[in-house]
Amino acid sequence: MSDIVLQTRGLTKHYGGVHALVDADFVLRRGEHVAIMGDNGAGKSTFVRQITGVERPTAGSIWFDGREVQFNGPLEAREAGIECVFQNLALCDDLDVPSNLFLGREKVLFNLGPFSILDRKGMRAATEAALQRTAVKIPNLANTIRNMSGGQRQCVAIARAATFASKLIIMDEPTAALGVQETAQVENIIRHLKAQGEPLILVSHNMRQVFDLVDRIVVFRRGRIVANLRKEETDGQDVVAYITGAKTQALEDAA
Amino acid sequence: MTETRTAYGIGGLTYDPRKRHLPQEVNVFIALVLIVAAFELLGRVLYGDSFLFNTRPNVDAVFNWARLNIIILQVSIVGIIALGVTQVIISGGIDLSSGSVVGATAIITMSFAQTALVNGNPNPKAVFGDLFLDMPVIVPLLVALACGLTAGLINGLLIAYTRIPPFIATLGMMVTARGVARWWFKGEPISFPTESYAAIGKGMMPVAIFLVLAVLFHLILRYTLYGKRCYAIGSNEEAARMSGINVERHKVLVYTIAGVLAAVAAVVLSSKNLTAQAGMGMMYELDAIAMTVIGGVSLAGGRGSIVGTVLGALIFGVIISGFTFLKLDAYYQEMVKGAIIVGAVVLDQWRQRRRQARG
Repeated sequence: MSDIVLQTRGLTKHYGGVHALVDADFVLRRGEHVAIMGDNGAGKSTFVRQITGVERPTAGSIWFDGREVQFNGPLEAREAGIECVFQNLALCDDLDVPSNLFLGREKVLFNLGPFSILDRKGMRAATEAALQRTAVKIPNLANTIRNMSGGQRQCVAIARAATFASKLIIMDEPTAALGVQETAQVENIIRHLKAQGEPLILVSHNMRQVFDLVDRIVVFRRGRIVANLRKEETDGQDVVAYITGAKTQALEDAA
Repeated sequence: MTETRTAYGIGGLTYDPRKRHLPQEVNVFIALVLIVAAFELLGRVLYGDSFLFNTRPNVDAVFNWARLNIIILQVSIVGIIALGVTQVIISGGIDLSSGSVVGATAIITMSFAQTALVNGNPNPKAVFGDLFLDMPVIVPLLVALACGLTAGLINGLLIAYTRIPPFIATLGMMVTARGVARWWFKGEPISFPTESYAAIGKGMMPVAIFLVLAVLFHLILRYTLYGKRCYAIGSNEEAARMSGINVERHKVLVYTIAGVLAAVAAVVLSSKNLTAQAGMGMMYELDAIAMTVIGGVSLAGGRGSIVGTVLGALIFGVIISGFTFLKLDAYYQEMVKGAIIVGAVVLDQWRQRRRQARG
């Protein structure tokens, strides 16, 4: 098949009379990192919610990995191979790192239904391997999430996504709440994923970060995709102009 | 930020081993030791008697075993309930129905455990006339299991699928089950169990049953998928659901197990007392919750352990026994019990705030 990982055609979402997302045509290719930018309420998060199965689109179609998909919930998207790092992280504060990484897909030694014996050593070893693969450094795996800094929490969430995402990772403002050093760490992980050829969609407000990390920038404005820019052919001012609506691009297909 | 305290790790992603906490259970154990020491000291000062050690010259022992046995015996039955309540609270719920479930289960079970002949005469209080007398012990045990399963299953189904708060669902069961207990034999007590049934709660058997179940549930909570999911759901239910855990099914299981443990407590209690009455197990649910909270199980869910609950039960027993030892009225015991429950929750809240402040 083609090298297209994810494609949406005419993706539309209405909340009552509010047209949050209108006719979004979007394409993501294998190994590509794409940033989604736009002002608050431009439709970025709405778009992410449609492709991760959190909501059902009003109209339009989603093609993932060569076939049309309709997710009935985030779980189905996850099973199809899309992992999302949400802004609210979705970690369990009272569990340690391996437990969070394997939450809902625990390794088991003996299968006794709900009372199956956990393979704690196996999950620990797999966690160490996963963290190494994603270049995430967490000094103490036995620590609970509650006792970790914002950056460490984010790293755990990203490591989980990267470990289980067979096909696509989506990050919704992964560094919004982080300090400078922590942001640098998360960005390193994203570079690492790029080097490994993992496709990624990054929702971000941070212009410097976007130009550092991605190949292509897709700008949303008032629920529509208004620009699709290769990084080399644009600059910060240009992108800001599209975000604010000072400039528009005639788009046939965001490819 | 924690840069200044950097010890391990890179940049902001550091951790400081000095910031690691001792397990909660260590604190509970220290509290237990301090409370015992306080009673020991008060006893020596006020009465010249020892709380912990043997002072009778005609008995050859270091410790006052009679007292220690009573302490653990009197908490073991409520302790069995507390094991079930522990896993309910860890998974973010609460169970107010256990005391009433004990009452209903005890009286229904006992009516299937009666002997035919009392001192050579026909049983004067046979519930079903000539029927169901001298049944093998497995029959009342299965009846008890059925009672616990039913009550727990109803609790679990209500909480998981109608989404009413656990507080309300189990409060309803508390009132309903007590009603069943009163209705079953019109408020009359049922006595004269068979010998095999009476053997279940004889002597130190309640302690043995409590300890075996405590070890079992310790292993379950620590080493099985079930345990991991209790902590996950209590910690962040939404995250657990997003991760693909069937939260509803798990909750049904949690409350069902709590109901079964209450039924076990009912069997042990009625067997030990050789009788069952409608008022049995009154307020046990609060004692069980108190034990778990004293043992460091957080009412917010996600934190706590069976080890903590067992220590909490011992603290509970030591305090009651200590008050008797100091010859204080039973009224004071209840007042202090209430204060301890509130105190333990205040402590838990304070710990949570401190943790968040440190974030």
